Amino acid sequence: MLVVENLHKSFVTAQGHLAVLRGIDLTLEAGVSLALMGESGSGKSTLLHLLAGLERADSGRILVEGVALADRREADLARWRREGIGLVFQQYNLISSLDVAANLAFQARLAGRYDPAWVTHLAERLGLQALLTRYPEQLSGGQQQRVAIGRALASRPPLLLADEPTGSLDEASSEAVLALLLQLVGELGCSLLMVTHSERLAARLDRRLVLHHGRVAAVSE
Amino acid sequence: MRLCLLALLSHWRRHPLQGASILTGLWLATALWTGVQALNSQARADYARASAVLATPAQAQVLPRQGQYLAQADYVTLRRAGWAVTPLLEGRLRLPGEAGGTLQVIGIEPLSLPAGSQVAGQPGEGVDLLAFIGKPGQAWIAPDTRQRLGLPLGETMPLSEGLQLPPLVEQAQLAPGVVVVDIAQAQALLQVPEQMSRLLLAGTAEPTLPAELADRLRVQPAEGADDLQRLTDSFHLNLTALGLLAFIVGLFIVHAAIGLALEQRRALLRTLRACGVGLATLLAALTLELGLFAVLSGVLGVASGYLIASLLLADVSASLRGLYGAEVAGQLSLPAIWWLAGVAISLLGALLAGLSSLVRAARLPLLALAQPQAWRQAQSRWLRGQALLALGLLVLAAICWGLGDSLVSAFVLMASLLLAAALLLPALLDGALALLARRCRGPLSEWFIADSRQQLPALSLALMALLLALAASVGVGSMTQGFRLTFSGWLDQRLAADLYVSAPNTTQTQLVMDALAAQPGVEALLPNWTLDTRLQGWPVQLQGIVDDPHYREGWPLLEQQADAWAQLAAGQGVMLSEQLARRLNLRLGERLTLPAPSGEQALPVVALYADYGNPKGQALVAADWLRRAWPEATLGSLAVHLAPSRGEAVQAWLEAAYADAGVRVIDQAGLKAWSNQVFERTFAATAALNSLTLGVAGIALFISLLTLGHSRLGQLAPLWALGLGRRQLAGLSLGQTLLLAGLTVLLAMPLGVLLAYCLVAVVNVQAFGWRLPLYIFPGQLLNLAALGLCSSLLAASGPLWQLARRQPADLLRTFAHER
Repeated sequence: MLVVENLHKSFVTAQGHLAVLRGIDLTLEAGVSLALMGESGSGKSTLLHLLAGLERADSGRILVEGVALADRREADLARWRREGIGLVFQQYNLISSLDVAANLAFQARLAGRYDPAWVTHLAERLGLQALLTRYPEQLSGGQQQRVAIGRALASRPPLLLADEPTGSLDEASSEAVLALLLQLVGELGCSLLMVTHSERLAARLDRRLVLHHGRVAAVSE
Repeated sequence: MRLCLLALLSHWRRHPLQGASILTGLWLATALWTGVQALNSQARADYARASAVLATPAQAQVLPRQGQYLAQADYVTLRRAGWAVTPLLEGRLRLPGEAGGTLQVIGIEPLSLPAGSQVAGQPGEGVDLLAFIGKPGQAWIAPDTRQRLGLPLGETMPLSEGLQLPPLVEQAQLAPGVVVVDIAQAQALLQVPEQMSRLLLAGTAEPTLPAELADRLRVQPAEGADDLQRLTDSFHLNLTALGLLAFIVGLFIVHAAIGLALEQRRALLRTLRACGVGLATLLAALTLELGLFAVLSGVLGVASGYLIASLLLADVSASLRGLYGAEVAGQLSLPAIWWLAGVAISLLGALLAGLSSLVRAARLPLLALAQPQAWRQAQSRWLRGQALLALGLLVLAAICWGLGDSLVSAFVLMASLLLAAALLLPALLDGALALLARRCRGPLSEWFIADSRQQLPALSLALMALLLALAASVGVGSMTQGFRLTFSGWLDQRLAADLYVSAPNTTQTQLVMDALAAQPGVEALLPNWTLDTRLQGWPVQLQGIVDDPHYREGWPLLEQQADAWAQLAAGQGVMLSEQLARRLNLRLGERLTLPAPSGEQALPVVALYADYGNPKGQALVAADWLRRAWPEATLGSLAVHLAPSRGEAVQAWLEAAYADAGVRVIDQAGLKAWSNQVFERTFAATAALNSLTLGVAGIALFISLLTLGHSRLGQLAPLWALGLGRRQLAGLSLGQTLLLAGLTVLLAMPLGVLLAYCLVAVVNVQAFGWRLPLYIFPGQLLNLAALGLCSSLLAASGPLWQLARRQPADLLRTFAHER
C-alpha cells in the first residue's frame, strides 16, 4: 500500500544545511502496523510528516497505491491528508473552539465519510460518551489523546500515522491508549505507522524500523 | 524586582507587535487628546489676551446714540464736568499689498486711564508715555501677529494715502490681529479726526449724562461674562468631545493589547510565582512596565499632538473667526507644562486601560494553562455585566433626553448612547453568531462560527472602537451634509437681492440709496436699519426692515402667525431668530419686551426664522418702528434688487462713484461663495478630527488582528494538518474578520443615524440655538460601510498574507511552540 524509495530531506538551519533523511527505503502493506524508532533527531518525525504530505521530500519517492505523493499539487496533498490518512499528534492538536463531539466528527465530515454510528461506537470504545459536550481544554491529557485517536479513526482512513501518541502519558495510560488504538486499527483493518521511543510499545506492533542519523539502521519483524 | 521586570520585558522581544500596539494606542490617544487641548487652550488664551487689551476697572461705558462715533468735544465736556472717562477708538485697517490682510486698530489715551488699568497685560502706570504718545509714537503688536504679517520691528510702516503706522513694538500679551496706538494716531490712521468709538467709565455707577449730551450719548450699563468665552464655549466643548472620543478609541487598542499580553504571559507569570516572586512584586513590575510604555508614548503623543494641532489650527481659527468673529493666533506655543501633562494623561490612560488586566493578573488561577474557551466563558460573565451597565447608560440617556436642557446634558446623552452601544456590541455579536451557529450544517461552517466566537474576546475592543468611530462618522457626516443642504437652501432664499451695499454711516448709506434710486434698472432698495442691544445678557441685533414683497416671498420662516408680515410692517409684531427665541424661551404669540430709551416696548412674536451661523440673536422689526423707538439706530447696509442683466453695470457704477467713501459692494454670487467658504472651513477641523478617529479605529483593528494573527496560527495549523489548504484557511480567516466587521458595520449604521439625530435635534439646539432637519444620505452610509469593511479587510490582510506565505514547515513548528 505504501512504498518509500531512497527518500532524502534536509533543512537549512542557522548552522548550515542539515540532512535529516539520507535515503530511506520502506514498504508498508495494508493492515500491517509498523513502529518507527530511533534517537532524538534521527528523522522519525520528518519521515512521518513526509508520509502525511505535510512536507515535501528533496528527492526519492513516496508511492501510495502506486501513485507518487511528490507529484501531487498542494490541493491534492490536502485531500490526501483529509481522506487518505488519519493523523495523531503527540500534542493532540484538537480544535479548541469545538467541543469533543464536533472534534471527533470533524475530519470524517470534511472527508465526506461521516458515519454517526461509527463515531458513536468510537466514542463508546474510547470512553468519551460523558465528555462529548466538553471543550478540549477541559479534558486531561489522556482524554485529549483519546479524542485525537477517535478523530483520526472516525474517517476510516486506510493509513493511520501516529507521532508518539502516548509520549505525554504515564506508563499505565500509555498501555491502555495503545491497546485501544491497536484494537480499533484491527477493527478497521487499516495500516498503522507509529513513531515511538518505547521498546515495550514497539514490541506490540507487527514490525519495527530503527532510524539512525537519517538512515535505516535496522528492520525487524 | 529587576529580574522579574527583565523576565516580563523579554515577552516584548518575542512579541514586538504587541508592544508596538500598546505604544501606538497610548501614543495616538495622547496625541489626539493633547492636540485638541492645545487648540482649545490656545484659543482660550487668545480670548483672554483679547479681553486684556485694555482691562480697566471700568464697567459701564458711554456710547453714541447714533452712528459709530462720538465727538471728541463731548469727551472733553465730560472730563471737564469731572467724569472719570477714558476714550477708545476702534476700527479696521487694511494693510498695503495684495496679500496685506487687516488689523484691528485700537486707539487709547493712556493719560486718562483709571488707576489699576492694564494695557496688553501690563499695568497702565508702566507705559512709557513719552515714547507712546510722542513722535513718532509706538504701535503695539503681538509677536505672532507681526510675524504672521511679516511686518518690520521698530520701523514706521508706510500705508496708503501718505499715512504711516508708528514703529512697531512687540507686546507679548496683546491679542492676535490687534494693534494698539495712541488715540490721536488711531484717528489719523482710521481717518476719523476728532472722533471716538466709546468712553469707558471708571467704577460701576451709571451717572446721568448732562442734558446737553443726553441726546447724543447714552450710558450702557456693565456687562456680565465675557461674550467671546460664552459664545465659543459650545465650539470648544464639541472639540473636546471629539478629542475624548479619539482618546477612548486609542485606549481600546491599549486595553486589547495589554489583555492579550497577559493571556499569553500566564505561563511566565506562573513560573515567576513558582520561582518565589511575590504577588506584590509581580504587580509592581507589571505596573512599572506599563509606566515605561506610558512615559514613552506620552512624550511621543505630546510631540504628535502639537503637530496635529498646528495642522488644524488654521481651520479652527477660520471656524472661530467665521462663527464668532474671534481672532486666534496662527501659531501654537508649547510650554513645558504640556510635556508633563501629556505624560500624565498617557499614564492615566495606561492605568485605565491596564487596570482590569492588573486586577485579573492578581486573581489569575496561575496553575491553569492558557484556555481560550475559559477566556470566552469568563468573557460571557463580563458580557452580562457589560450588558447591565449598558442598560443603565441607556436609562441615563433617556433621562437626559427627557429632562436635560443644557449642552452638558446633551453630551452626556450622546456619550451614554455611544458607550452603551459599545458595551452591548460583544453581547450582540455573540448572540448573532450563536444564531448563525444553529443554522450551520457543515463541519467547516460550524468551525467558522465557533472559532469566530472564540476570537471575539480578543477582537471585541477593536470592534467596539470601529463601531464608535463609524457611528461618529455617520453622525457627524450626516449632520454636516444635512447642515450644508439646509444652509445652502436657506442662503438661496435669504440672499435674494442682486447686490449688497454697505457704507460707513447712516448719512453715507442714505446718500447711496438716493443715488441708486435714480439709477435705471433698480427695482427695489431694501434699507437695513440696525441697533445692537442686549436681552437677558445676550448680545442681540435689532434689524429694522421696510415692508416689501421681496421679504414676504423670499425670507424663510420656520413658524409664523397668520398675517405675520402685515403685523411686522404695522409695527405690531416682531420676528425672532430661532436661537434668540430659544435663549429667551419665547414662543409664537408671546411678547418680547425691548428696552427702548423712551421706555420698555413689548411686541408679540409673530414668526420665527432660521439664522444659521450667527452667534448673536437677531430680531426683525419694522424699520419705522425701530427708528421711532431707537433714534440712534443706524443704516449701514442696503439690499438692491435689479432688473435682469443690470447687476454688473450698477455694481461698476457704485464702485466707481463711491470707492473712496468706504462703500463696499458685493454681488449675490460673491456673498454666497464667501458664506459657503466660511461654512466649509467651519467644519474642516471637525471633519479632520473625525477622520483621525476613524483612522485610529482602523489601526486598533489592524493591531488586534496582527497581534492575534500569530497565536491564530496555532489554531489554524491543526486544520491544515487535517486536510485544508492554506488558501482555503486564509479565505476562511478573511471571512471571519469580514463577518465580525460586517456585523459591526451593520450595527454602526443605525447607531450613527441616531447620533446624527441627537446632534441636529439636541446638541445643535443647545450649542447654537438652531435645530436642523434630519437628513439620511444612503450614499454616505454605503461609503462609510464600505470604508469600514475595507479598513477591516486591510487590517486582516497583514495576518492573512503571513499565513498564505507560511511554509508548511512553519505551520508544523506551531505544533511544537504554540500548543
